[in-house]
Amino acid sequence: MRVGIIGIGMTAFRPSTPEYSWKELMFEAASRAYADAGVDPRTDVDSFVTCAEDYYEGFGIFDEFVPDQLGAVLRPTCTIPGDGLQGLANAFMQIQTGLVQVAVVEAHSKASDVLTLDGVVEHALDPIWNKPIEMHPFVVAGLEADAYLRASRTSLKALAAVVSKNRRNGLRNPLAAYGADVEEDQVARSEERFAPLRSLDIARPADVCVVLVVASERAARKFHANPVWIRGVGWASDSPTLETRDWAGATYARLAAEMAYRHAKVRRAATEIDFAEVDDRFSYKEPQHLEAIGLARKGEAGKRVLKGEYGPDGRLPVNVSGGSLGCGNVFEATGLHRAAEVALQLRGDAGSRQLDGVKLGVAQAWRFVPSATGAVAVLGVAR
Amino acid sequence: MAVRPVGDGRGRGPGGGTVRKVGVIGAGMTLFRRRLQETPKELCYEAARMALDSAGLDLADVNMVVSGSAPDAFDGVHMKGEYFLDGCGGYRKPYTRVYTGGGTGVFSTIAGWWHVASGLADVVLVVNEEKMSSCQPHPQSVFANIWDPILDRPLKPNLVWIFAMEMNRYMTVHKVRKEDIALVAVKNKRNAVEHPCAQLADPNITVDDVLRSEVMAWPVQRLDISPPSDGAAAVVLASEDFIRRRKIRDRAWISGVGWAIDSTMWTDRDLYFPEYVARAAKMAYKMAKIDAPRRQIDFAEPYDPFDYKELHHLEGLLLADKGEAPILTREGVTQRDGKLPVCPSGGLLGVGNPIAATLGMKIGELFWQLTGQAGGRQIPHEVHTGVSQAWGDLMQYGCVVVMKA
Amino acid sequence: MTVRNTKWPGVELSAADLHEGKVTSTRFRPDAKYAWSAGEAMSRFLEELQAGRLIGRTCGKCERILFPPRMFCEECFRPTDEWTYVRDTGTIETFSVSYLDKDAKRITEPILVGVVSLDGASPKMGMMHYFGEMTKDDIHIGMRVKAVWKAPEDRRGSVLDIEYFRPVREGES
Repeated sequence: MRVGIIGIGMTAFRPSTPEYSWKELMFEAASRAYADAGVDPRTDVDSFVTCAEDYYEGFGIFDEFVPDQLGAVLRPTCTIPGDGLQGLANAFMQIQTGLVQVAVVEAHSKASDVLTLDGVVEHALDPIWNKPIEMHPFVVAGLEADAYLRASRTSLKALAAVVSKNRRNGLRNPLAAYGADVEEDQVARSEERFAPLRSLDIARPADVCVVLVVASERAARKFHANPVWIRGVGWASDSPTLETRDWAGATYARLAAEMAYRHAKVRRAATEIDFAEVDDRFSYKEPQHLEAIGLARKGEAGKRVLKGEYGPDGRLPVNVSGGSLGCGNVFEATGLHRAAEVALQLRGDAGSRQLDGVKLGVAQAWRFVPSATGAVAVLGVAR
Repeated sequence: MAVRPVGDGRGRGPGGGTVRKVGVIGAGMTLFRRRLQETPKELCYEAARMALDSAGLDLADVNMVVSGSAPDAFDGVHMKGEYFLDGCGGYRKPYTRVYTGGGTGVFSTIAGWWHVASGLADVVLVVNEEKMSSCQPHPQSVFANIWDPILDRPLKPNLVWIFAMEMNRYMTVHKVRKEDIALVAVKNKRNAVEHPCAQLADPNITVDDVLRSEVMAWPVQRLDISPPSDGAAAVVLASEDFIRRRKIRDRAWISGVGWAIDSTMWTDRDLYFPEYVARAAKMAYKMAKIDAPRRQIDFAEPYDPFDYKELHHLEGLLLADKGEAPILTREGVTQRDGKLPVCPSGGLLGVGNPIAATLGMKIGELFWQLTGQAGGRQIPHEVHTGVSQAWGDLMQYGCVVVMKA
Repeated sequence: MTVRNTKWPGVELSAADLHEGKVTSTRFRPDAKYAWSAGEAMSRFLEELQAGRLIGRTCGKCERILFPPRMFCEECFRPTDEWTYVRDTGTIETFSVSYLDKDAKRITEPILVGVVSLDGASPKMGMMHYFGEMTKDDIHIGMRVKAVWKAPEDRRGSVLDIEYFRPVREGES
């Protein structure tokens, strides 16, 4: 059966949201999503899926703190410690069983509540092999960037072009936190942090909440919704161990995309996909992910971004939303934000950043340093 | 990575036709002990390997992996689901961790169920792990962080308090004596003698022992509680097609699943009855086409981190009227040879409580009982349908799985 | 389980094995600190506590008076409507007599703790707090209690601005 997105609710991305508790942030995004879908969560929703990690939230069992603000009290609810796209994949599967007709997927970032973000990210490192080195966790990104740039022969200039593109795209997204007219040589001159990555290569944290309402085709028709169909989903994990993983190629993204494209019957992604929203929380991740998910041949993505092919007016617009570089790093909400963006574009609701005539888009995200896990969703509307 | 295409025409829900059938075809678990030498990855591997071996399968047969594990703070790694995924067999596969507090012990099987029932996978490995001993000085300290930072934490609450408050409410509303509650601890710790992995089995324990044990937070005494543990457990789920094609004979069907969470505001709820368990049970019974659970369910594995919880949950599972569970216990109905055996495994009280790894006594035990593989714990009369249940969060989470032979 | 599984994996360690270094281990203390925005509802709640008052929110649809206050009603799923004070007297819904502190260490003088449902809020709306000026033999479910507040200059905007709840005395409402 077909499964579609019938409601989208997002708060603005902000560097901090001191006036809101995380509960109030979630209530706002959920209210928007339910209004968009025309559903009453107390009676129309069969399942709630939230995506959160205890340590990003600061609680022993974050699951406890989700139901009230989503309308999920005494309703089937669960937490997936994973990216929002993994939450979406699980909601998709729930609906495919026939047991669930309408599901809600939520993910948020309240990074501003975390005083020691780097410490939290570091805490994900292997306790026996990596923690004793006492390196900043972003060293992993620096190492991977180095490996990717060498293997793909991508230039640093291409990375600067990605930053510039996405920060400028953010200027046309009223929800973005970090839209700015950043020039490529500014990126090159910014302070080197984790060689070869400079400070402007790294997305800054932001707060946000994203809620999607997902429904079976039958239920979607009941709500007179104009669904954006989930044509395919995929997710995969490469080795969690730094010492034994593929450093250059983002294998998790390739496997996830293969699975999603197979479901979506996409045979040649580079020609069939109209636009993409991919994870760019470090600038090199954008070309690395584009190559991994078949939207560019190995070694080509860097050249194509320099040629402007991924700009909003280019052949294959990438991260027109501003991506994470332009909107902000929202941790586990990253993938769900990408899915929301793709859906908004496909519905014609993307405002001043609307792309013309797009029918098939891909959303992709990863679970950030030091993981090697990611997910992909292919979304589409009728041609 | 063999993945079935979506939409094979069988996904229709209640009212719309049959939901795709999913069976449990293998299970495994490690010893449960206060402290094990194995790392989280190693614990996962041991349980997963055992489950696959018991089903006669290899990792290559597995399409997707689901893991379940409770607070990351126990194992001491943020995003611990990533950290131990290789031990779970998740390398280069679609892998997801689920986490619903103490409910994870049963909930990961529900997640595994929807992976197969959706048509996206034929074989799913579900691996649950918990290593509470890593946390120093004592895993109890992690429980300081489950409370609301403004309403509860300033009072420096101990986890046992909330159980004590719930137990007191239950006892007072139904006028239950501690003696009757202690019977559950005695039953389960004795049942556990036949469980090869048991941490706390005791063939000689008496009600008196429980009543004379140290008062932790009245009415909770030491022997009312299951202590922290290390351990892992795993089950293999497969589609009906796969089971038929491979001619697998040792299988038990998942006939119903249900889950529900109650409000975070636990101080606004009357704790005497777990409404969230009842909702989850009703959802599972509806799917399993069970309308008279007391007649149609042959045995139960409710979640028993504390002895009174078994009673609380039996009522939530609609297997006893409100206030009736202690009476059934006193009458011996819930003994392994009784009319409704409850926790024939020995439960958490007898086997141990490595939170998510309790999968071994909840889903694992149902599988072993229904396929006649429970050895010394085998219920002496024929059983066809069993129900398992887990509980979690701030007295909030209930999830239920019904299985039948 | 029985015929096929004959070996049960797991090597048991004792506390001494770990603490006396008989097994190889590694230690790490995470740097994980948080400061949660209290948000609108809790911020006002804390301000009122500092002023010696307990405040709730009303939901016009289900007509409940919600305590602790929240900006949305979880039953009706709509924003709540107004602020309203609740009394600092109430009824003990449940309690425990604890001989453990938060790190599971034994204490000889028990802590009396439990849930008080507050007068003026909808039934069963309560908060967790300590009980004082009563013995473990006095305390019972259904007991009527009243908050004992810290002196105004000692209040910080915290639930600890209340010291504990004590039995309501004869003549008090």
